[in-house]
Amino acid sequence: MEDLDVNITIIDRAGVEHQIAAPTDMAMNLMEVVRSYELAEEGTIGVCGGMAMCASCQCYVLSETDLPEMQDDEEAMLSEAFDVKDNSRLGCQIQITAEMEGLVVELAPES
Amino acid sequence: MIKTDILIIGAGPTGLFTVFEAGLLKLKCHLIDALPQAGGQCSEIYPKKPIYDIPAYPEILAGDLTDKLLEQCQQFEPGFTLGERAETIEKQEDGTFIVTTNKGTKHAAPVVAIAGGLGSFEPRKPLIHNISDFEDKGVEYIIKDPEIYRDKKVVIAGGGDSALDWSIFLSDVASEVTLIHRRNEFRGHLDSVEKVQELKNSGKINLITPAEVVGIVGDQKVKAVVVKQAQHIEKEFELNCDHFIPLFGLSPKLGPIANWGLEIEKNAIKVNNALDYQTNIPGIYAIGDVNTYPGKLKLILCGFHEATLMCQSAYQIINPGKRFVLKYTTVSGVDGFDGTRKEAPKAVVKAIK
Repeated sequence: MEDLDVNITIIDRAGVEHQIAAPTDMAMNLMEVVRSYELAEEGTIGVCGGMAMCASCQCYVLSETDLPEMQDDEEAMLSEAFDVKDNSRLGCQIQITAEMEGLVVELAPES
Repeated sequence: MIKTDILIIGAGPTGLFTVFEAGLLKLKCHLIDALPQAGGQCSEIYPKKPIYDIPAYPEILAGDLTDKLLEQCQQFEPGFTLGERAETIEKQEDGTFIVTTNKGTKHAAPVVAIAGGLGSFEPRKPLIHNISDFEDKGVEYIIKDPEIYRDKKVVIAGGGDSALDWSIFLSDVASEVTLIHRRNEFRGHLDSVEKVQELKNSGKINLITPAEVVGIVGDQKVKAVVVKQAQHIEKEFELNCDHFIPLFGLSPKLGPIANWGLEIEKNAIKVNNALDYQTNIPGIYAIGDVNTYPGKLKLILCGFHEATLMCQSAYQIINPGKRFVLKYTTVSGVDGFDGTRKEAPKAVVKAIK
């Protein structure tokens, strides 16, 4: 069977690095991948369900991976979030695709 | 003391539907919610977003779902304690529970149904080093009584609907309103954005963007905020004010419920899903997104089902040993506590000649 997973690295809120395989064929976004691997406590990530309305899935992109461009709602939410850096993104707005092989992200602190 | 049959903690969709199901069993309900309005997340986070998996509604806006649920349970006259968070629970000798809110309101009921979703919504506090020194001394995260701002100088921070709406509202109340946001674009209803533009043009709202409040100045009371503005060249200045209102949205926290002695797993309350969604404390149930069990799905429609089964079990606690049989609303109609009656129209019997 064709391998439809990409290998990505997620650094959790405690600083622990996790190498995981994320499926590209399940219409999953990065926030959902984090939840499916339980890398953040349930109820502290994906609070709004993935509508770019809460910033609980904010993460810092540490690799040079090409990611889809930010849409208005993500940018607006990040402008109101805390602990925002230049490399901040909302995990719920990043769909997992084959181009994301090697992606490294760190979860932003809970706020 | 507010007395009721089922005390529901959380006025989201699951809590509201519980009122209806309990009403069919002639049980009265009272709801407590930390938010100032009913609807939970549906009203607070995404009222204008559509939901597609409510049975028989191919598409319904979350805000409209709340309105429909309120309409459906209205005849059972639910009581509400809104804007207060359930803080403590005590079991009395007669088996009833007393739940007290953060404002001291007491509620007594033989059955407590926790329909608390992801928890109570708490304001998100900006990371300003000395902000906690000024809480309730000029810094307010939620506007409860707009009158306290009359003829005062007010600074509001934030870029969403609540920042926009309160800036508009307070421009008629306060002597001076300044709205500060990290960027020039605002995320809100177009009407609100346009209204703020209008008020800015007429000098009724001072707008400072892109900027951020980075400090608070004062002795016992807010006297000014330190604003860092980043247009062209970065500059920092003090802005005199009596109140600073940061409006950066709300985030849910399980909160005091976590200390009620209930079994908690993954930020949710463990319940008996084989039977009635009761917790490890008899008489306390947990329904909707707040509970967990093997195979749990956090869906509104699952909350409705859980509420229905829970009410049957609550009936047995409140009316021990009483005979009871499930009735269909189509057959029996619905008798409201307000004296109204809904029933299916009688079939017309007419001969065919």
